[in-house]
Amino acid sequence: MKFLNYISIFAVPTAILIILLYGIFERKNVFDIFLKGANDGIKMVIKIFPTLVGLFLAIGALSSSGILDFIINLIKLVLNFAKIPAEIMPLAILRPISGSGSIAVATDLMKKFGVDSLIGLMVGTIMGSTETTLYTIAVYTSSVNIKKIRFILFAALAADLTGMIVSVAIWRILLRIF
Amino acid sequence: MLNIIWPIFIIISYIYAIFSGRLENVNNAIFEYTKTAVELTITLLGTMCLWNGLMEIASNTKLINRINKILSPLVNFLFPENKNNKKIHEEISMNIVANMLGLGNAATPLGLKAMKSMQDNNKNKERLTDDMATFIILNTASIQIIPTTVISIRMSLGSLQPTKIIFAVWFSTICAAIVGLAITKICIKLKL
Repeated sequence: MKFLNYISIFAVPTAILIILLYGIFERKNVFDIFLKGANDGIKMVIKIFPTLVGLFLAIGALSSSGILDFIINLIKLVLNFAKIPAEIMPLAILRPISGSGSIAVATDLMKKFGVDSLIGLMVGTIMGSTETTLYTIAVYTSSVNIKKIRFILFAALAADLTGMIVSVAIWRILLRIF
Repeated sequence: MLNIIWPIFIIISYIYAIFSGRLENVNNAIFEYTKTAVELTITLLGTMCLWNGLMEIASNTKLINRINKILSPLVNFLFPENKNNKKIHEEISMNIVANMLGLGNAATPLGLKAMKSMQDNNKNKERLTDDMATFIILNTASIQIIPTTVISIRMSLGSLQPTKIIFAVWFSTICAAIVGLAITKICIKLKL
């Protein structure tokens, strides 16, 4: 297990090193090429920025007005049906909407119930196996000015729900066996 | 879609805030979240420049051909529209690799690059193509070998075994990805 920790520390620096070594071995002007790519990066971020401001305004309004809590109570009924423990509900709902918000809630839950408790393990697994779906969809579509996103919101949320149900179920099963 | 959802979110929040007496919170949140958007963008600016630059180097070498070859059966199956477009396949492959390695910061810039290339070949610029839809779903599934963020949170909270969740994360991500991609493929078949 310690080995896996090392891997996660080595991943980024090693990836950079491999890319650089390839460039040097093939005799490329690596720094010039780097600058060219980095320049394109700036353009992309500037293109996304207005979308982010707009989305954050909506997310801020939703969470500060208290309506998010209200919606959580409504959706609880659905999640109850999926056998997701009540303590995890806020996370399950926040997860697709807000990355920083869900990290805050997840950390809080892990602290409250213990990182290695049943709930702590479920929370960790949910965080690891799902994405901030709405943000991903918004950034990917708005960066190329797409207006019609077809069925992807439905498909992505269905995938998220699957991930959450499996995350919860797998720990119920694993802790019962071992 | 956002033309409808975005104003609805704000309007219902406003109405709800008035009835629950939380208008002051909303007022504060407006400026606070705008600031958060700026902070996020600044972070993004750094990582986007970094990984776009490194990608530019990688795509000028044979490294990318290798990765592409390994992933090509998967990429060909998932993205049939762009079968003959090598550049798009390279960009998609790099995005998948970055996601798998848990390099979320790198995956987004690479993914957006692929989106741009796919958009260039898109006939209806307002509507997602089948491949673009599949690509976004693949990115929302967050397939990663090592869930670095959660592991570091677990470490910081003093877990006895921070990596204990890895197997569960793999299993549950794969289930989620299969469901997401299956629904996508079905919707594409139904021409939705």
